[in-house]
Amino acid sequence: MLRLLHSACSGQYLPDSGKEPMSTLLSALQQERVAMLKAWIANLQTAIQLNDLLSQRELDAQAADVLNALLSVDPETRLQDFGSVVWRPLKDVVSSISVSRATLGFTPSETALFILSLKPVLFEQIRKRWGAESDKLFAEISVVDTFVDKLGLVTTESFIKGREQVIVHQQEDMLELSTPVVTLWDGIVALPLIGTLDSARTQVVMETLLQAIVSTNSRIAIIDITGVATVDTLVAQHLLKTITAARLMGAECILSGIRPQIAQTIVHLGINLQEITTKAKLSDAFRVALEKTNRRVVRVDKAGTVVTAAKQEPAKDA
Amino acid sequence: MTGATVLQAETVAIATSNDVVVVRQRVRALALQVGLSLVDQTKIVTAASELGRNTLEHGLGGQVEVSLVTNGPRRGIRLSFQDTGPGIADLELALRDGYTSAKGMGLGLSGSKRLMHEFAIDSTLGKGTTVTVTRWK
Repeated sequence: MLRLLHSACSGQYLPDSGKEPMSTLLSALQQERVAMLKAWIANLQTAIQLNDLLSQRELDAQAADVLNALLSVDPETRLQDFGSVVWRPLKDVVSSISVSRATLGFTPSETALFILSLKPVLFEQIRKRWGAESDKLFAEISVVDTFVDKLGLVTTESFIKGREQVIVHQQEDMLELSTPVVTLWDGIVALPLIGTLDSARTQVVMETLLQAIVSTNSRIAIIDITGVATVDTLVAQHLLKTITAARLMGAECILSGIRPQIAQTIVHLGINLQEITTKAKLSDAFRVALEKTNRRVVRVDKAGTVVTAAKQEPAKDA
Repeated sequence: MTGATVLQAETVAIATSNDVVVVRQRVRALALQVGLSLVDQTKIVTAASELGRNTLEHGLGGQVEVSLVTNGPRRGIRLSFQDTGPGIADLELALRDGYTSAKGMGLGLSGSKRLMHEFAIDSTLGKGTTVTVTRWK
């Protein structure tokens, strides 16, 4: 849609744009800088919903930056030469604003509206100057229209780039966040797994667990898969490899968090987990781990004497 | 696989391992819509994951048609995985537990068969493979 508009406009305007430069338009605009900024900010107030992400002052400052960049070019510059290096500062300002909008969580429409709302302001200036000459008026409006549209596209492109950056950051965060190894007790570490176990993540998981086993001198590692939605053969294979690697290092693994639906699915798939100690809950696995390290959780009264000698009370979840 | 009517269907492309995640999510959403129990949801999602990864790794990418089917009073989910990969030379061998042409456990295809109610596989060497599975409520 926009592209059609562009080609139509530039096509219509071409014959007139030869000798007379757009300097008249730009210099006219430069004289009206203050009035235009005021009008634009008024426009922005109706177009953009302010919230706690963006204050009025920031919005005003950004509008002033854009307008300055637009009007501080050499008056001889033509608006038609959008690809020209002269417009680089303007594009940079617009891009950086869009990127910051994207990271703040604005919608693409809101971001584009910021630039597009400049149009009526510019049109008004053109009308003031050439309102009586309809040919000239139309020609100038076409030029400005195309220019602002192209600037709008710059905003959208930068916005998407900003979003992509956000996604990349989140992916990196996920990789780090998703594999915390926690020490439950002296010599007992636990690895609560959450989400999807694809190859990249599993590699990280395995490395962090093996590292943690060495650094904490742990004999027992509990891998908890309560937060893993699907356990298919690939996930099972990754788990088995991790457990085997830990075993090679002298640590025993307990697999916990196997929910009823996962257990049934594993049986149907035909995955053999019989060589591994598995438990339904992390607390059960922890108790097994304590037993294997010759420890026991007991309840004591205020004086500190053991109330129940037998281990009837289940250990509290760590 | 006879007598079933397709009520709604959508196609998901499988080109990267992230697409397998998308397939799982779509299948899970549909399983919830059909009202499958948690166990059945997990089974069908796991089968979708296995077959989706097969499509990706052995079929070199393809697509899956996820559809809601009815047969009289029964409602169910049908998944049809299609690829245009090298095809399977020996279907019987491929369906045997523990046989794998890659580095996997060799349980994906046979396990999926056990997780679903209906299972059909059609493969032509050099043309590709289509695996269609259905699970009824």
